[in-house]
Amino acid sequence: MVDATDSSDAIRTRDLNLWYGTFQALHDVTLDIQTGVVTSMIGPSGCGKSTLLRCFNRINERLDYVRTTGSVEILGHDILAPEVEILQVRKRVGMVFQRPNPLPFSIRDNVLFAHSLHAPDASKQAQDELLEGALRKVLLWDAVKDRLDSLATRLSLEEQQKLCIARLLPVKPSVLLMDEPCSALDPDGTRAVEELIWELAEEYSILIVTHNMAQARRASDRCVFMLMGKVIEHGPTSEMFVTPRDERTAAYIEGRYG
Amino acid sequence: MAAPSPARPGARDLAWAGDKLAQGVIFLGGISGILLVIGIFVFVSREGLGFVSNGLDLREFLTSPAWRPTSNHPTFGALALMAGTASVTGLAMLVSVPLSLGAAIFIGEFAKGRTRELLKVLIEMLAAIPSVVWGFIGLTMMNELIIDVFNVPVGLNVLNAGIILGLMAAPIMTTIAEDALKAVPDGYRQAAEAMGATRWQVIWRVVIPAAKNGLVAAVLLGVGRGFGETMAVLMASGHSINIPTSPFDSVRALTATIAAELGETAVGSEHYQALFFLGIFLFVVTFAINLTADLVVRGIKNG
Repeated sequence: MVDATDSSDAIRTRDLNLWYGTFQALHDVTLDIQTGVVTSMIGPSGCGKSTLLRCFNRINERLDYVRTTGSVEILGHDILAPEVEILQVRKRVGMVFQRPNPLPFSIRDNVLFAHSLHAPDASKQAQDELLEGALRKVLLWDAVKDRLDSLATRLSLEEQQKLCIARLLPVKPSVLLMDEPCSALDPDGTRAVEELIWELAEEYSILIVTHNMAQARRASDRCVFMLMGKVIEHGPTSEMFVTPRDERTAAYIEGRYG
Repeated sequence: MAAPSPARPGARDLAWAGDKLAQGVIFLGGISGILLVIGIFVFVSREGLGFVSNGLDLREFLTSPAWRPTSNHPTFGALALMAGTASVTGLAMLVSVPLSLGAAIFIGEFAKGRTRELLKVLIEMLAAIPSVVWGFIGLTMMNELIIDVFNVPVGLNVLNAGIILGLMAAPIMTTIAEDALKAVPDGYRQAAEAMGATRWQVIWRVVIPAAKNGLVAAVLLGVGRGFGETMAVLMASGHSINIPTSPFDSVRALTATIAAELGETAVGSEHYQALFFLGIFLFVVTFAINLTADLVVRGIKNG
């Protein structure tokens, strides 16, 4: 299978380099992530997979010693261009973090937080519909519909992580970035969130970083293998795990390092 | 035991004694706070409660503005003194709350690296300025400034004392408020930023609500500080008994009254007891404020 290079790619990077101070974390990353599939990013710790993920909504820029060169396009728009509004980028590209991080507010306020930033004047009725829609989508509605005003931080970790996915949906993103979304969850929670990721794949382009190769294998259509800040291999997950093209990929998948 | 020891196992040797001694000293240190607070309360109460039992009028104390302890027919109405303290503290809070919360937000959320460290050190230095120095500034600089700017005859008044006290309370409030902001997990900020919140929205809609309890506690401790401050208020307020109707009225604070008069009263006299009763009143109010602040801070952990 040849990587699609038409404009239907969700994310396209060209010669992306990134430095933390003087340390170069990404080297000439050129990568096309397809629309409408789940792509996993694997590689040993420190290979730059999380750093790359965090370029796609520019959340890396929280650290003021980060410097980036090259280009990142999301659905054909260059998000590193100077005239780009970072808010619009983040509306389009939602992010789920390693540790569930609901805000210390009610479930309702959490789900509607992003939406209230982008549409502060939405009617109560519109908000209620978005709230229910988002919570149904992440299979949380039945569990929490009677306690929407209770604190989100009191939910179980699995529920919190689902909530963290739900709160991205009301602003209708196109791409969802997930940085090891299951690493804080137990096996049941992991299974539930993975199933949810498959559900969401019908509507969103999903990019998921994982250190868990089994998870990459069962929960993604395509897989990117990174090493030392470089993309080594990118292809359909089923092929990469059976017939890796690169020696280093093969060695990592076999567990010879990492 | 491999090496032969002169002492039987478990014998009470020197190390054992040292251990016990250290334990005792640390225990004493630990409970000294409690003992001191109780001791002070008992002492102040013993001296001041005579004021009540001697048939002195509690109603007069609470409702009359006439504090005439040295008159032929002495009256001990503390209303004007309470109004003095309340007005000065209230104005001080108007000055210090925006100032200190603003400073805390700047230091905690915006300033970076050396600016931040420098600001923190400077604010701690500000907290270390003795109150008599603040009073001196009020008595000289602020006095003249108020006379010039507002064209009033006297510059020692509620406004002067309020501003001085506000500036005095601000550093400690800033430090506590900044701690509260720092205690907000960075994950909250990151989550909000990733959803497209601007820096201001992150602070206003996430950080401040999350740090709310600590911020309230900071303000309450500032109120307690203002309430109990004596020297600066004595020097800057004009020290005249008055229920203020404008910020340019001179007032007298409860604390300043005790400080100014206690040295001139006969021990055990009616006046002496009345001053101690003022002390009890102050003690109870500041205790209540601090307790509230403490409970509010604990609210963070439980909530």
